[in-house]
Amino acid sequence: MPAATRYLGKAMKRKEDPRLIQGLAHYVDDLVLPHLQYAAILRSPYAHAKIRSIDVSKAQAAPGVSLVLTGADLRDRIGMVPCAAQIPDMKSAPRPVLALDRVRFAGEGVAVVVATSRYAARDAVDLIEVDYDPLTPVVDPEKAIQKGSPVLYDDHKDNIAYRWELEGGDVKAAFKNADKVVKQRLLNQRLIPVAMETRGVVAEYKPGERQLTVWSSTQIPHLLRTQIAAMLDLPEYSVRVITPEVGGGFGSKLNVYAEEALTGYLAMRLGVPVKWIESRRENFQTTIHGRDQIDDIEVAIKKDGTILGLRVRAIADLGAYYQLLTPLIPTLTGLMASGCYKIPAIRVELTGVLTNKMSTDAYRGAGRPEATYLVERALDLVAAELKKDPVEVRRKNFPKLAEFPYATPTGVIYDSANYPRSLDLALKLSGYAKLRREQAKARKQGRVMGVGISTYVEICAMGPSSAMPAGGWESATVRIEPSGMVNLMTGASPHGQGQETSFAQLGAEILGIEPGDVNVIHGDTAIVPYGIGTFGSRGTAVGGTAAYMALMKLRTKLATLAGFLMEEDPSKLVFDKMKIFSKAHPKKSIGFGEVVAAAYTAKTLPPGMEPGMDATSFFEPSNFTFPFGAHVCVVEIDKETGDVRLLKYIAVDDCGNVLNPLLVDGQVHGGIVQSFGQAMLEEAVYDEQGQLITGELTDYAIPRAADLPWLETDRTVTPSPVNPMGVKGVGEAGTIGATPALANAVADALAPFGVRHVDMPFKRERIWKLMQKGTRRAK
Amino acid sequence: MSAEIQVRVNGKSYQSQVEPRLLLVHYLRDVLGLTGTHVGCETSICGACTVLLDGRAVKSCTVLAVQASGSEITTIEGVSALPPVNGSGLHPVQEGFWEKHGLQCGFCTPGMILSSIELLRDNPSPSRPEIRQAISGNLCRCTGYQHIVMAVEYAAKKMKSKKR
Repeated sequence: MPAATRYLGKAMKRKEDPRLIQGLAHYVDDLVLPHLQYAAILRSPYAHAKIRSIDVSKAQAAPGVSLVLTGADLRDRIGMVPCAAQIPDMKSAPRPVLALDRVRFAGEGVAVVVATSRYAARDAVDLIEVDYDPLTPVVDPEKAIQKGSPVLYDDHKDNIAYRWELEGGDVKAAFKNADKVVKQRLLNQRLIPVAMETRGVVAEYKPGERQLTVWSSTQIPHLLRTQIAAMLDLPEYSVRVITPEVGGGFGSKLNVYAEEALTGYLAMRLGVPVKWIESRRENFQTTIHGRDQIDDIEVAIKKDGTILGLRVRAIADLGAYYQLLTPLIPTLTGLMASGCYKIPAIRVELTGVLTNKMSTDAYRGAGRPEATYLVERALDLVAAELKKDPVEVRRKNFPKLAEFPYATPTGVIYDSANYPRSLDLALKLSGYAKLRREQAKARKQGRVMGVGISTYVEICAMGPSSAMPAGGWESATVRIEPSGMVNLMTGASPHGQGQETSFAQLGAEILGIEPGDVNVIHGDTAIVPYGIGTFGSRGTAVGGTAAYMALMKLRTKLATLAGFLMEEDPSKLVFDKMKIFSKAHPKKSIGFGEVVAAAYTAKTLPPGMEPGMDATSFFEPSNFTFPFGAHVCVVEIDKETGDVRLLKYIAVDDCGNVLNPLLVDGQVHGGIVQSFGQAMLEEAVYDEQGQLITGELTDYAIPRAADLPWLETDRTVTPSPVNPMGVKGVGEAGTIGATPALANAVADALAPFGVRHVDMPFKRERIWKLMQKGTRRAK
Repeated sequence: MSAEIQVRVNGKSYQSQVEPRLLLVHYLRDVLGLTGTHVGCETSICGACTVLLDGRAVKSCTVLAVQASGSEITTIEGVSALPPVNGSGLHPVQEGFWEKHGLQCGFCTPGMILSSIELLRDNPSPSRPEIRQAISGNLCRCTGYQHIVMAVEYAAKKMKSKKR
């Protein structure tokens, strides 16, 4: 990163906000095209059933209806929903765009109606008659893998999607040499991502130009274009994906969905543009879910708190089909099972299970919150077992600073860290020692108070292409227009993260111009070079680095040209305040715009220099980055009701160098609150029939403003050596670090009731029952 | 079947024939083209569709267009014209959201802004818990709400200084 910081690191307010705060932005549903028609989908009410027959005649005859199609009509016309993840010996679980002869989760699409209005399309959906032959649903993942369970796929002998193992270090010896072994079963419940904007697609086909344009609320426009082209058997140049404003993703839009190809197909078939907007109920039923993992852990320890080994047996409920990355996500738990500790021996055995539910996939954190949760709960269980302070056990097991880059037995290399520094700061900010004294006092008064700590590390900046199914690089093109205005095109596709601002800051810093003169363009495959997208905390660390590289190429070209025009040494030139000048003769300068214009008029260019002023870079990261931090929180539980109240939350995060602290704070706050949701409120519940009984926002609580205390955030800065800006990524830190801190606080609060562990979410009923049981036992 | 309605939206009068079941939010978005009001849940939980109906913040996904006939409606597109009008072309609440990074994806923002405007009209100096309570009918999945609370505090301060 350039040493000067006129703009970088500054809390600049966002360039994207004026349109968003005035109602001038355009999300997918805001697009209107001439002759637009609307699609609505009939979805299976059964979790598991055979389709005997479908009668669409009444729907077809309904007012305003132009087309009704079933899965059978689409056979061989649209390819299967793609899965990019491959795990050795993984069973197949192909999902057609609409069900063919069998449905495997409640909400699976069965037929589609296109009509001249939203209301007419929904009305006609109700007129379709389907004759189902219900089958026994497979709901509980543990029962699903027992002998005798019904099987989802006729060509499978059981519901085990795959078994995956990871072992590093001498696990047997670790457990043999242990003074004690601490065991616990941990449930990481199924969650619903709930982006505030549901999914939506608009498609338009122009047969003369052979051009299908698909507007979709997605995090991955280019990957989506490639997949839509394949699913519809079109040349890739015939498909253009445009990502307008995206109302939140959290991983749920890091996917290729049936409706994205289907809407494209409908527009081609009807010759009119078609819009499909997901209802919130559909969003709950058919947009990917997150987590859903059962982890049985065993920790081999010495009496002094040293951890010798960790064994994890995990069951991941994948749902009925594979979406884009479904099978891959739980394996990330294995990669990060070492947490921020030196655990010499680790073994992870993972079983992926097929059940009659919606697919799980990447939800903010994606596999790593599960890892951090199990490691951080393990550390607290060890501390409780040895009657030690959780802080002491953590400190004892941090790798030494000299050991970085630190290679874990799970095969990843932590780039840089200073775990004690972030922990010390969090303890200081929270007044940890005082909190423990307050807790002792509160307990004497009969109050139920808990203090929770989590020290986490996460894996970000996804990532080296060797570890990523579709490649892990990112692209950027920077074009300085003849007027000196800059268009910066990023292959990352931000959707709320604020890169229109932070990349403008970066451009302004490197070129010595104003952020207002740098326009960031993203999310249009016809304009932006091929890119991977925004997910896995990669926007800045990978996408930003590609932008940095392209900007530096242009800076070099500008310096060469300016040096030539001014007869100065290009390597000694400074770019600042719209001027380029030599350090040696600062009074002699040339205007930035003048140099750019010279590149375009091309009258006097140095020998060999091409005219024009644009550059493209692809950044391939050599490693992931590993942000980390320490969180401390305080909860108090109402003894009468079991209500858990979060009183205090302190977060110290280290995401390396920071381009815009305002954006980092926003990411951290949002992440912590999503964690709060998992810990306290959220749980996707399927009943025994496979019905999603938390199927709307009326039945599935996400955090509200009044649920939360003031979050106190701070930072340490440990630059990453993996990229030139030393940035690490922060999009998922909150969701990774905070859940275990909250869980540890609740377990700590309940310790006087003889409780070692309680599974999330910490709803009143569950907590109240535990306190009742504990009180009875004490009597 | 259709019914005639008359409404004033952002100071402009409209007369329309609508289906009696047409939701107000669809009327605003699809008939009038005011797409700044968003549909987030269709069950009046999330508040993305919040508008002011005769001055009160309501969730327009659970109001029928015919119920709004004869009413005065303000959507996000009309907010800058609400008092106190200042030189920037933005309402102080909009300014607060911009200054304090009170939004990320922006989808909940129009509803949040309208609920906040109602709060500050009724209670010009709200405490933090009062702000949190007032926006608890508006869900945001991005910000964790803290910057939104700061945005409303900013606006409250600004609006008080305007009155003086």
